Amino acid sequence: MTTLHGVPTAGSRTARRVRHALWAAPALALITVFVYYPVVENVRLSLLKFSVFQPGTRYVGLDNYRQAFSDPVFWKALVNNLLFAVTSVTVQVGAALVLAALLEELVGRRLGGLLRTLYVVPAAVSMTVAGLLFQFLYQRDAGLVNSLLGGVGLDSWQRDWLGQPDTAIWGVIGMSQWQSFGYTTMLLTVAVQRIPRELYEAAYVDGAGRVRTFFTVTVPMVRQMTTLLVILTVSGAFLVFNEVMVMTGGGPSNSSQVLGTWLYASAFTGDDMGYAAAIGTVMFVLTFAAGAAQLYYSRRKAVEA
Amino acid sequence: MTLTMNPKGRPSAARALPPARDPWRRTGGAAVRGRTGVLPRVLAYCGLAALAVAVLYPLCWMALSGLKSNGELFTAPWSLPAHPRWDNYADAWNQGTLRYLLNSALVTSASVLAVVLISAWAAYGLTRLDIPLARPALLLVLGGMMLSPTVALVPLAQLLQALHIYDTYWALIVLYTAFKVPFTTFLIRAYLLSLPSEVEEAAHLDGASRWQTFWQVVVPMSRPILVSAAMLQTLFCWNEYAFALVFVTDDRLKTLPVGLADMAGRLNSDWPILFAGLTIAALPMIIVFLLGQRHFIRGLAEGVGK
Repeated sequence: MTTLHGVPTAGSRTARRVRHALWAAPALALITVFVYYPVVENVRLSLLKFSVFQPGTRYVGLDNYRQAFSDPVFWKALVNNLLFAVTSVTVQVGAALVLAALLEELVGRRLGGLLRTLYVVPAAVSMTVAGLLFQFLYQRDAGLVNSLLGGVGLDSWQRDWLGQPDTAIWGVIGMSQWQSFGYTTMLLTVAVQRIPRELYEAAYVDGAGRVRTFFTVTVPMVRQMTTLLVILTVSGAFLVFNEVMVMTGGGPSNSSQVLGTWLYASAFTGDDMGYAAAIGTVMFVLTFAAGAAQLYYSRRKAVEA
Repeated sequence: MTLTMNPKGRPSAARALPPARDPWRRTGGAAVRGRTGVLPRVLAYCGLAALAVAVLYPLCWMALSGLKSNGELFTAPWSLPAHPRWDNYADAWNQGTLRYLLNSALVTSASVLAVVLISAWAAYGLTRLDIPLARPALLLVLGGMMLSPTVALVPLAQLLQALHIYDTYWALIVLYTAFKVPFTTFLIRAYLLSLPSEVEEAAHLDGASRWQTFWQVVVPMSRPILVSAAMLQTLFCWNEYAFALVFVTDDRLKTLPVGLADMAGRLNSDWPILFAGLTIAALPMIIVFLLGQRHFIRGLAEGVGK
């Protein structure tokens, strides 16, 4: 290829652009093969019946979805995911915002920072460690939870928290809040600290009290962050797997199953691969909606930049 | 480097919101705090401190219970160990914790290196270079953040088997890397967009190749976000459970989260040794977190949306 008036010809420009594309090639290849392909393939597999031990697959259309909608454990799992979502939003966004505001307004700089750091330490611990630890804390005999209840005279509340169908999922949800609220408090603090102080001064001059200021200044000013955290928390609640797997394995008698563990059990214990793929697709749709909303809120700027 | 430093000596990041105050250095707010009476403040301090104690107590209790005998754990769960049994920690170490720790360290370091490198390349290519189909490529990368591959356990298992990396270290290294490339690329890209490109252009005009420019100019300039990205990935890999459970079945290859759960089953009722093992597993990440929390917060705050 020759160069005319010092301007690269189309051929050399194309060659350069292709060379430049190599920088992004490993990332694009990895994402395509290990992120996009499995999710798409999962939808195809959800239309089949197959098992690890028998060769061959059978196309069954939407039968796996019909099976899900008539499967009581599927509905139980979905309800448990919803309980997870509602509790997590209440604690990790609602209560965490109150905590972030309290830390910022009542506590000095250094001490506030120290407390925030202490609150977030459990988030650095793996779910396995936290889950096994809480398994013991929830125990009937020597568990600290029952011991505490006994100490304050609530002996009648003592029970085998993870061993009873009506409390097992709450034990898991409780542990999860312990692990995660410090993390969202930290993020909300960053948002609270970006609120211009003048707004608070103006509110106080106008005679607004502390509680009123919280609702008229703090809450609206951190809406961007709370919206994102709600989306992230809800989407996380529908993907939850580790906590349940480690602490109860979905039991007793499937009372604490969530969609993730029911998928796992259907695939690797029940050997009903197509059904597991259908559960996965339901989870995908639920979380994709949350993810799309997240992208809409936060990445719009990033994509356009 | 006068180009890129603001008066505080930190690289300036472009932000749409009011100037982002460094969460750890801000001094304002005193005027507002001064309005509150002494008693409410004392009550708030006590409440918040009590919360911190309640949050940390289970972890401290776990470390101390690792020093007890099984009998003592059940008869006196609240008291300090009467005769600390350091052997418990040695037992836990020898009963597999060491092996799992090494596996976790290997998988984590390989994946951290890979994800930072691959994402930094992609971010550089997508922000600074003229690439065919740049916009679709960018959307493909960022769109990957919306997908949660945990829902695709079945096809992933088939894929790893077809590639003959099922039940190897590679299964975890490749998956951990691939799943975090979108987010990490997003982080680094946002940072690069906030940096001026003049220094790179100058280096390029001086005859440096793109490769040299990347390593000698781009990497040093984006060091803070690379450190943040590496720390977030370390925390993710060290603690990941679902894939490690499904895609690695050979006990010799298991990472800490799955290995410890197995160990719990093996030890059955010997809780103190298990607690010792759990403490050994948790400690490295707690230390990394406490030492590097500034980097964690930056990464998280950027990632959740500025």
